[in-house]
Amino acid sequence: MTIWDFLETYGARIASGTLVTCAQFGLAAIIAIVVALIAGLGKLSHNGLIRGVSVIYIEIFRGTSLLVQLYWIFFVLPLFGITLPKFAAGFISVGLNVGSYGAELVRGAIQSVPKGQWEAAYALSMSPARRMRRIILPQALGLMLPPWGNLLIELLKGTALVSLISVTDLMFQAKQINASTYLSAQSFGAALVVYYILARFLITPFMRRMERVMARRLGRA
Amino acid sequence: MDMSAFPLELPETDRPMVRFMNVTKSYGRLVVLDQLNLDIAAGEMVSIIGPSGSGKTTVLRMLMTLETINGGVIYVDGKPLTHMAKGGKLVPADERYLRMMRSSIGMCFQHFNLFPHMTALQNCMEGPVQVLGLSKQEARERSEELLSLVGMIAKKDQHPSRLSGGQQQRVAIARALAMRPKVMLFDEVTSALDPEVIGEVTNVIRKLVAEHNLTMLMVTHQMGFAHDISDRVCFFFGGKIEEQGPPDILFGAPQRDRTKQFLSAVKEAH
Ligand SMILES: Nc1ncnc2c1ncn2[C@@H]1O[C@H](COP(=O)(O)OP(=O)(O)O)[C@@H](O)[C@H]1O
Ligand SMILES: [Mg+2]
Repeated sequence: MTIWDFLETYGARIASGTLVTCAQFGLAAIIAIVVALIAGLGKLSHNGLIRGVSVIYIEIFRGTSLLVQLYWIFFVLPLFGITLPKFAAGFISVGLNVGSYGAELVRGAIQSVPKGQWEAAYALSMSPARRMRRIILPQALGLMLPPWGNLLIELLKGTALVSLISVTDLMFQAKQINASTYLSAQSFGAALVVYYILARFLITPFMRRMERVMARRLGRA
Repeated sequence: MDMSAFPLELPETDRPMVRFMNVTKSYGRLVVLDQLNLDIAAGEMVSIIGPSGSGKTTVLRMLMTLETINGGVIYVDGKPLTHMAKGGKLVPADERYLRMMRSSIGMCFQHFNLFPHMTALQNCMEGPVQVLGLSKQEARERSEELLSLVGMIAKKDQHPSRLSGGQQQRVAIARALAMRPKVMLFDEVTSALDPEVIGEVTNVIRKLVAEHNLTMLMVTHQMGFAHDISDRVCFFFGGKIEEQGPPDILFGAPQRDRTKQFLSAVKEAH
């Protein structure tokens, strides 16, 4: 079977898997970014309870494996009365996992903004929330974009695990095709190429573009 | 500490723009300022000179409320700054009270601290729009006027990274003035500048002194400049005012040995 025959026969399934992977990626990325922002800010809060909750979240999700988290959320949470469809369990797990790494990026970037910026904003009588929103976060964003690019690629790779709870993503389709045809090289080769294209030709250029926009806003471009 | 010695408000008859009353500041065991008493009259230009580590910056930072104090009270325009009246007593000020009070104080820093993600004009408009609640239009007019005053109107749409140190510092002065403070603080605003651009910043400050009735407190290493423009010069040594007086006297006929030593050491370095 040539590669063209293979694609003709299984291309539709690979395409549908790719779509599911993209959906998982997009939704997980939204969760990761939102949670990272909340937990990253939370870890810097003066309120002990908020700080505690943030630290516990970050520790749990960074300290254990994504696969275990996925199984917990899909198989164990129902025992506590929280049942999620597999599609939702998939992107929520991946999002929460990556969000815990992202939280450290947010915290680190905020702390890297020079102290003089806080002081200048303080001297203008800005409230703490306004200082954060208007002065610190925009600068922190510029500092954390490059590491976020790497993290989002990790996130894409992480979504392959959702196939293990039968979400019909790219990896799931590749495994199915392989199981019925034994065309391992073609099945997994196709998956490999698609993941690479998504990472290299979609995520990376998008992040580069964001970095250029940020550089322009800082007057550096 | 017994707060009853400190009035809730200064009487009309004895109301300097700024009063440090028995102010003490320490970091752990290190006492940086010891029972400081210092009055600054409305419209007065006071310079602070002294060796490195003598507490000069700390005086300004306390007045900007960037540092909390360990004893005493600071008053601005008769009202307590570091404390607020509660049930007829002075208690440490909370964040809200501090925010309200410190809006009458503006500060320029040694390293400018302009916001890098905003243009010169946006830097100046930020406080008036976000804090004072001015409309964009009003804030722009006010900011452009001040950028003209400091000679930076032609570069108003540039980001700080495109400006020289002297230009950035002039924008920083305009940014502080845009809040219409009653008191302006300058902490070694020329120390980070190349010698050839120091003049453009000191000229702006000279202009402020000549044309505006601002109360100013300035830490500087430039004795000639301090001599020219100050109404009074304070020489700090070891967290205390060792000597103070009109510039002609303090520079021309200092009384204390430490002042003489410091001034001759500075002269030798130049
Ligand atoms: N955040 C701080 N923690 C500990 N010590 C400090 C801090 N800030 C200043 N100091 C100390 O306080 C003293 C006075 O500092 P400063 O007011 O900056 O002096 P100056 O401006 O006259 O050089 C110095 O001995 C300095 O080391
Ligand atoms: Mg200093």
